[in-house]
Parts: sequence; C-alpha cells; structure tokens
Amino acid sequence: MRASSFGFVGPLGAGFLALLAIAAILVPLANLALPVGSALHVSTAAMSLAGKYLCYALLAVALDLVWGYCGILSLGHGAFFALGGYAMGMYLMRQIGSRGVYGNPSLPDFMVFLNWTKLPWYWTGFDLFPVAALMVLVAPGLLAFVFGWFAFRSRVTGVYLSIITQAMTYALQLAFFRNDMGFGGNNGMTDFKDVLGFPVQADATRAALFTITCVALGGGYLLCRALVTSKLGKVLIAIRDAESRVRFLGYRVENYKVFVFTISACLAGLAGALYVPQIGIINPSEFAPGNSIEMVIWVAVGGRGTLVGAALGAILVNYAKTLFTSGAMAEYWLFALGGLFVVVTLFLPKGVLGAAMDWLPTRRAAPRERTQPSAARDDDGRGNLDPCELT
Amino acid sequence: MRIRACILLLLSLLVLEGSPARAAGRAELMARFATENFNEIDAAVTALAASGDEAAQTVIAALADRRLFYNPADKSVIYKDEAGKSFAAATGAELAVLPSGLKPVRINNKVRSSIEAALGSLTLLAPDPGKRRNAAEAVFKSRDPSALTAIEAALAKEQDPAVKRAMGEARAAILLQKADAPEAQRLEAVRLIRERGDQDALSLLHAIPADAPVAVEEAATGAIGAIENRLALWAAVQNAWYGLSLGSVLLLAAIGLAVTFGVMGVINMAHGEMVMLGAYTTFVIQDVMRQHGSTNMGLALALAVPAAFLVSGLAGIVIERGVIRFLYGRPLETLLATWGISLILQQAVRTGFGPTNREVDTPTFMSGAFDLGGMQITLNRLAIILFAIAVFVALQLVLRFTSFGLRTRAVTQNRRMASSMGIRTNWIDALTFGLGSGIAGLAGVALSQIDNVSPNLGQGYIIDSFLVVVFGGVGNLWGTLIAALSIGMANKFLEPFAGAVLGKIALLVFIILFIQKRPRGLFALKGRAVEV
Repeated sequence: MRASSFGFVGPLGAGFLALLAIAAILVPLANLALPVGSALHVSTAAMSLAGKYLCYALLAVALDLVWGYCGILSLGHGAFFALGGYAMGMYLMRQIGSRGVYGNPSLPDFMVFLNWTKLPWYWTGFDLFPVAALMVLVAPGLLAFVFGWFAFRSRVTGVYLSIITQAMTYALQLAFFRNDMGFGGNNGMTDFKDVLGFPVQADATRAALFTITCVALGGGYLLCRALVTSKLGKVLIAIRDAESRVRFLGYRVENYKVFVFTISACLAGLAGALYVPQIGIINPSEFAPGNSIEMVIWVAVGGRGTLVGAALGAILVNYAKTLFTSGAMAEYWLFALGGLFVVVTLFLPKGVLGAAMDWLPTRRAAPRERTQPSAARDDDGRGNLDPCELT
Repeated sequence: MRIRACILLLLSLLVLEGSPARAAGRAELMARFATENFNEIDAAVTALAASGDEAAQTVIAALADRRLFYNPADKSVIYKDEAGKSFAAATGAELAVLPSGLKPVRINNKVRSSIEAALGSLTLLAPDPGKRRNAAEAVFKSRDPSALTAIEAALAKEQDPAVKRAMGEARAAILLQKADAPEAQRLEAVRLIRERGDQDALSLLHAIPADAPVAVEEAATGAIGAIENRLALWAAVQNAWYGLSLGSVLLLAAIGLAVTFGVMGVINMAHGEMVMLGAYTTFVIQDVMRQHGSTNMGLALALAVPAAFLVSGLAGIVIERGVIRFLYGRPLETLLATWGISLILQQAVRTGFGPTNREVDTPTFMSGAFDLGGMQITLNRLAIILFAIAVFVALQLVLRFTSFGLRTRAVTQNRRMASSMGIRTNWIDALTFGLGSGIAGLAGVALSQIDNVSPNLGQGYIIDSFLVVVFGGVGNLWGTLIAALSIGMANKFLEPFAGAVLGKIALLVFIILFIQKRPRGLFALKGRAVEV
C-alpha cells in the first residue's frame, strides 16, 4: 500500500510538503532580505495574500478529511473557521490595551461604546496567549463535538446533515450580529495592534505569520494523512462508501464520525486563527452560509479524498477569485464560480488532481487510487443500490 | 333698500343654501363681533360656533387670521378671504365697494383659545362624515371640557351611526374627567368607553380623577380588567394573523421545494433563484404594460401569474435536462451543481437588471388595510394567504387527479416498477422539476408584492424553505403545510418575548434538535426502507 520511500505520506504528499517548506523559507526571505526594487522582491501585501490562501488551504484540508474520507458533507465549516478566528480576534483585541480610541485599558472599544462597565465572563483569560490559543481549538472543537454527538447518534446523514450544518452556521451568524453577544456585533473586531508583543503590521511579523501558516498547513496535512492512512482511516472510508455495512460489522459508526468531525473542526479553527492577524479583521460575515458552500467547491475542484488536492483547490480557486475580482472582470466572477461548481460536479468528479492522476502513467503503480471516492457509488446512490440495502 | 335686501337674500340662498330665517339669525350673530370688548368678541365666537351656522367656520377662521372687520357706523361685519376679496359676513355676498372707516375685530389670547376650541368643534358639523369622525376622535383624545356643549349639539344632529358612536365616546371621555357630571352619566360613560376597549380607552380609564364616586371607580376598575383581557386576546389573534401571513409566505417558498426535494429527492439550491425569476417576470410584465400606456396593475399581476409559472418552470426543465439528470443518485453533487447554477442566475439577473431593487407596483385592490375587531389586516397579506391556499390546493389536485400526477406519484413510490409499466420516468422527472420550479415562480409573484425585488431575493428564503420541507417531512405536502404554518406562528409568537433575531435563532436551534429526534421530519413516509 505505501510508497516505500516516502513513508505514509506518499510521493505526492512529500512533494507538497517540500513545496510548502520552500515557500515557508523563501517567501519571507524575498520579502525581508531583498530590496523593494528587486525583481524577486515579494511585497508584504502579496505575502499576506498568499498567507490567506494557505489558511484557506488548511481549512480545505480539514473539510476534505470529513467529506472526502468520511462522506460528511458539512456546509457549516465556515462556522468553525470563524470561531477560531473570533478566539484569536478576542486575544488581539485585549492586546490593544489602552491604545484604543476610548483608551480604556481593559475594555475593547465596542464595549465602551455600548456603555458596558466590565468585561463579560467569557472574555476572561483572553489577554493570555496560551488561553486564547487553547480556545482557538476548544471552541470549534466543542461545538463540533456537541453538534456531531447529537447529529451522528441520531443517524442524521446525507443532505439532512448538510442542511442542519447550514442552519447551524446561519444561526451563529445571526447570533454574532447581535451587539449584546459581546463580540463586536456587525463590525466584528479589527484595528489590531500587537500579537505576542510584535506589531501586527510590521513586515517581520507578517513574514513570521506566513511561515507559521505554512508550518500549520504542513502539520495539518500530516495529521490528516496519518489519520486516513491508519486503520481508523480505513474505517472512515468504509463508512463513506457503505455506512450500514460498517455498522452491521459492529463498528460504532457515530463515534468515528464524531471523532473525525471534531478533529476537522479544530483544524478549521486553527486556520481561522491564523487568518485573522494576517487579514486584520473578523466579523460575522465569515459565518455566512454561502461561504461554507464555497469552501466545499475548493475541495471538489482540487479533488476530494486527496488532501493535497483540497489544498491546491483552495489556492487555485482563491487565486482565480483575486484575479477576477480585482480587474474589469469583477462582474463575471460569479459566472466563473458558478460555472466551476457545475463543470466540476459534472465532468471532474475527482477534481483536478484526481483527473491528473488518472492520466499519469504511474497510475498502475499507485494503489492510492483506492482512497478516492468513485463517482458512481458515492453517497446514497439511487442508481447503485447494494442488494443488502434494497428495500 | 328693500330691493337690495331681496337680492342679497337671493344671493345668500344661492351661495350658502341657507334658509332666510337662518340668515336673519346669522346677521344677529355676526353683529356681536362689531365691538371693541374682548369678552364680547369671545362670547360671539362661542355663540357662533354653537349655532352650527355654515358660515361660522369661514368667519371664525377669518377672525383667527385677522381678516375680520366691522363698520362702526352700521355695525355690519365684513371678512376678507385669503385672496383679499371682501364679503359681508351676514349674507356671504361679495362686496364690490368697501365702506370707509372699517376697523379690524381684535383678538387677545383668551379669544384665540376660544377660536381654537370653536374651530375644533366646528368640524364636528362638517358635511363630510370622515371629517366629523376625525373631529370627534380629536375631542376624544383632548378631552377638552369646553367642547362638551359642541359635541352634545353635534351628537343630537348626527345621523351616521359610526360617527355618532365616535361622538358618544368623545362625550363620554369628557364626562369621565368632569367632576361635576351626574354619577349616572359618568357610569354610562364608563360603559361606553369599556365597549370601545382599545389602548386609548385603557389610558382614559386609568386617568379618571381620584375624587370620582366609588361606583364610578368600581365600574372603571372592572372595565380596565375587561379591556386588558380583550386587548391581550386581540394581541394574540393579531400575532396569529402575522404568523399565518409569514407561514403562507414560507409555504409558497417551500412548496415548490417540497415537490423537487420531497417527491424527487433532488436538492435544488437554485430554488430561491426560481422565486427570484418569478418576481422579475412580474416586474418585466408591469414594465412592458406601463410602456404601452396601461396602468392596470391588477391585470399585470394576473398576467404575471401564468408568465412567472412558465418562465421559472422552463428554467427548471432546462436545469433538469442540462445538469441534474446527470447527477441522479448523487444528492450532494446535485446540491453543489445547483448552488453553482444559483450563483450564475443571480449574476445574470444582476447584469441584466442591475444590482438595485426594482419597483413592483401593488394594484389598488391589494393596497390598504381594514380593521377586524381589534386587529388590523393588510390587504396584500390577505391576498398572499389566499394565493398560497389556492396554489396548495391546485398542486394537490394536479398530483391527485391528473394523469401526470398519477405518473409522478408512481415514479416517486417505485421508480423501476413505474418504468416497467411504460412510464417515461425521465420525462416525468423533467416535468416534475418544471412543476416545482414553476410553483417557485408563483411564489416570486407573491413575494414581489411584499419584498424587495433584487437579485438576492431568493437567497433570503432558501434556508428557511429547506428547513420547512425537512421539518414537515420529505415527500409529504401536508407536512410542508403544517411545518410552514407552525414555523411562521412560532416565529411571530417568539418575537415579542425574545426579539426578532433571538427568536429566529431559537427556532433554528429547535429545528436542528428536532431533526435529531425525528430525522425524517414531522410526517415521515412510513415504510421499511433502509436508510441507504
């Protein structure tokens, strides 16, 4: 099963990690060491943009873990991403200290504006980085655990699950819009100053954040890859392909699902936390249901069930989005994105990476194929029923 | 002199339609203004107002604007209108030549307040019942004791029952505050106000002076309790009405989805855009009719109903034939592809019609509102509720009694068997999808009357409609009906306690939890199917 020379990562993953490592070192160098006029200089804005793509890539990898390998189509991963982002945003707000517009040392500006006199209890400890970092993982993880615990034990599957995950992120969006929630309401949180004592706007901090994002993406990939190539990963794939059979074989399907859903949510939260200091704002629009659906298309474009493909898809689609929306073509972006949804689902069910691997001559040598979902017997296939699952 | 008087008399008959006797009385009334004494002028204003004379309003208004003059020589009174023409107050005849030595009738603060009261009570006698009623309502609100005489005089003459009632209430409102009114009158007043039974009545009863007789106070306390109960009841009924209205909107938006999602198992994320297309069809038809000089918006709406059904239905068939049929059996992929289609449609409409809201006119028969008991019913909401019922009934009839409906149900229940019996299942799929989309188009016609017609119109409804369908139970139109109504009601009854946003969140959380308990909705199709 394993491509021997690369361990559980495989040649594709190794190449991906190598690329990431190169980017993690060269891009910050090109930003900091080369003079502004140099042809190879990378501007800070470009680096932050690339950092944003990498955050999305990590989010896509997390989504691919549940969708590509376990068949859970979550249309609410934006919620986990945004929760991680909010946890980080709360830490960054507390770091502003008395440098805010109102100069209140303990209250963020928006609370002073609302005439609040003391910090709500759930903001306790967010001035400490370790607490905030923990919450980046715990908040989305806990939500995913509770949500998954209820949903998977009740055997809510398929489109029903997709719809209630969407309802979840929608409800959270409405909740975070409220000023009374104490998360900045409509405007969210912005105007950050420091992270760990370093100024957020400084080139060196941006470079460090970029490197950290590369490392996080690499780490997230390795974790997911390790999961899906383990024995547990095989059970996950089996659940994706024939959930009832796995249950009949005596596996507790819901436990596997809750576990992998929670891990995925934590990774999404981490992506959100890295996203916020590089973008400089977090607001409730990150919870918008449309965003969460868009994330799914990143994975689908790259190729679900490949992890590397998901990351590539996120980078590709978002790069295309930047190209489109910054130029005269802005009006056509939604046509392109919508077309992408249709074309990929109709003609590229395995995504760009899956299609490419089908073309490669090494195909015969790589039994990795089997980790990809086949289009024909996907989820609850009406055209492809198993004899034991017929009515 | 005699001849002149006759002519004046005739003129006054023509102009004012007043009787000769009246005119004579009027001359006396008017003559009282010919003085320097403020007290006498004040008395003259009150007397004129109480006389109910048709000219009273003109003359008193002229006095307020200092356009009233008198001739000290013969004590005749003359007023000028706003254009500067002069008239004799006693006859209303226009004067070509003004006598010399005219003096203005002077006013001070006391007279001014009498003028205001007089003008207020004068409208109580206006020929237009609507004006009389408004005047009575104004007196009811002000409870000015000085208006009592005027209102009693007006009440005695009043013929219109609604106005009479308003005047009676106004009189009661004054009597309640009046300490020297007989107890029997005040008790009668409490009874009248209790019958009125709205928020104003409540505040009026709360404002009864503390020195009122015990019997009046007791009656008032009883009346307050009764009114509060009544108001609470009507508030609940009004809420139910709002809930019904929201529920009917949800039903319209969701029922097409119930066909495509419920009957066919297809997730159509572009459903909201079918609604949007219907709304834009309405806009286009109105626009075309306006360009051809027609302003009959009711006809435009009547034309929009079939047109929107066709436009959205055809769009649905194209989507089904072009995309969805390749994705049967892969619901999650269908979801993504139709989401893509929804983005394309939104952008296409944005490019074609612009990103801003388009104006859709409401026909006159649908605008306005009426009161039913203690609640207000807006006609456009009523029309939408009726429309939703009509669409629901029509859809049930089509599915139950037509050959197409029979085939659809057959395919839903057992696709392979239906196919074996010679039903062209893929045509049925396309038509059913077209039917569901067409109904969404109908919803668009209705929503164009109450919502902004913009490219984002459909987005606002898609999550709600999915929740309605899932909550009601897939494949069951009655379930969709009940789910839509209960979600609409729950939303409106939660709003007063929790606020609109929190209520909505609570509802979303409830539905998420509900689906855990009953993953197949309220009215799941019974069967032994393994969930594949």
